[in-house]
Amino acid sequence: MTSVPQNLSTQLASPDARGARRHHPGYSRWMPFFFLAPAVIVLFSIGIYPTLFAIATSFRRYNITRRADLQDGFPFVGFDNYFAVLHDRGFWDSLLLTGKFYLSVVPVQIALGILIALMLHRPGWGLLRAITRVSLVVPLATTYAVVGLIGRLVFNRDFGVANQFMSWLGVSSSDWLGNPTGAFVAIVVMDIWQWTPFVALIFLAGLSMVPVEIEEAARLETKSPWALLRYVQLPYMLPGLTAILILRSADVLKLFDTVFVMTRGGPGAATDLISIYVQRVGFKVFDLGLASAQAILLLILTIVLSRLYIHIFYREIE
Amino acid sequence: MMAATRIRSLLHALGLLVVLAFALFPFYWMITSSLKDQTELLASPPVWFFRPTLSNYMDIFADTKVTTAVLNSLIVAVSTTLLSVVLGTPAAYALARFEFRGKADLWFWFISNRMISPIVLALPVYLLSRQVGLLNTHLVLVLIYLTFNLPIVVWICTDQFRSIPPDLEQSARLEGASQFDIFWRIYLPLGLPGVAVSAIFAFIFSWNELLYALVLITSQGLKTAPVVATNFMSGYELPWGKIMATGTVIVLPVTVFAMLVSRHMIRGLTMGATK
Repeated sequence: MTSVPQNLSTQLASPDARGARRHHPGYSRWMPFFFLAPAVIVLFSIGIYPTLFAIATSFRRYNITRRADLQDGFPFVGFDNYFAVLHDRGFWDSLLLTGKFYLSVVPVQIALGILIALMLHRPGWGLLRAITRVSLVVPLATTYAVVGLIGRLVFNRDFGVANQFMSWLGVSSSDWLGNPTGAFVAIVVMDIWQWTPFVALIFLAGLSMVPVEIEEAARLETKSPWALLRYVQLPYMLPGLTAILILRSADVLKLFDTVFVMTRGGPGAATDLISIYVQRVGFKVFDLGLASAQAILLLILTIVLSRLYIHIFYREIE
Repeated sequence: MMAATRIRSLLHALGLLVVLAFALFPFYWMITSSLKDQTELLASPPVWFFRPTLSNYMDIFADTKVTTAVLNSLIVAVSTTLLSVVLGTPAAYALARFEFRGKADLWFWFISNRMISPIVLALPVYLLSRQVGLLNTHLVLVLIYLTFNLPIVVWICTDQFRSIPPDLEQSARLEGASQFDIFWRIYLPLGLPGVAVSAIFAFIFSWNELLYALVLITSQGLKTAPVVATNFMSGYELPWGKIMATGTVIVLPVTVFAMLVSRHMIRGLTMGATK
């Protein structure tokens, strides 16, 4: 990844390249600035200005439906909103539920992902393998909101196909989205459907990095597919695992559309993941000061996660 | 021995078929449901074989609500995509071909924008756009969608531009080409595959977005397709056939795009972390 720019930098440092630069006014050291400035300015103003605004709002009593707040001009309250968030059971419960959701989906996705990657990697059935591989893209591209709509249909109490599948297994039908456990299981199932392909394709990318000679030599050495997996293939799949763990944790913190459409966080608070909870405080209760404080705490969590992600994957560029 | 190999091979095929069914089933169920009439849809247990009808599609296309929403989505997605490419490709060129101080930090900053949860920005953007009168405009969606699309364009195009031989640039310089000429006449045309892939990504992500569209657009005529599809879910007697037909209309073009770029899909989603 870094080889080409390094070549380039040595070229730029070479005398004739410098000479060429000096002869043309266009090649000044400010050149990269002109190419970068539009993107940086736009992204900075779109991203940073609202963030600063959120920070400011988080220090105010800011409920646009409460007349007293409007009259007082949204009074400054210091860290009150943050204290309120930290003492809010609902916030912690939904954060905890988000963690529980993560732990419910990711191990399943990893196990299924490894299995699917191995099947797609194994020689034979070329056309079927190619079709299967392409079909994995479908869940990834499906609009989250539509995934939620499909979930509502599939898990319907009266005519949902989920209950038909259960009856084939000899289990009596249930009102999935109407009871807390069922609703949680339903959103877990939809997430597993949507993201297992991503995990599988990452592992497949790792598997295809195993040098062919090594894999063939190992196949001659051992008949056990388990030994092959453990000593030859797994080491190439592990780097992908870190990517999966970190990217999925950022995604689960973001997860909104599917769950919003399927359950709106209910029944009760059974599927009230953190994004749903913050959205409700902000746009249903309209306590924007409190919601901003929650959003800022969420942002800090995301920054910590993304720093971790960048630290692990992009150290090489530094 | 032969028998064992054959059984293994058959198991392999069976496994692949299970994966195929798993990946496509919800999709299949949505499309077939959109072709059922209301009685077949509400049948319990569900029916698998029926006479398909296009009446749901005729209904939703006769209803301006859905067609307007699709048009709105198209306007927003195309505008965001164009803007992301126009802003992102020069930045990608600078990141791919220049050495300067703070380059790595800038790069990290671009990427980390994609990790931010929409709910973090949705609140302040809602308040700000209310103040300046941008609430209920396509423009506010186009701008906010840049926060997750610009990083994708910058990432994929930087990667693509790096693979273009630097010699080309050197010789163009000796011939007296300006830096902008080099970008415009060498990097954009030669890097077109990467530019195209990142544009398709930007389109898909904008097309699928719900949260911002839900909170920033409240007037009926400006709502995007995912929002309108979601709004079907309120009320007692749900028009399931129309809901699933709308879902199909929203999802089908995007999945076709995604299949076209399936090779690049993973790298785009992981920002190349698997390489």
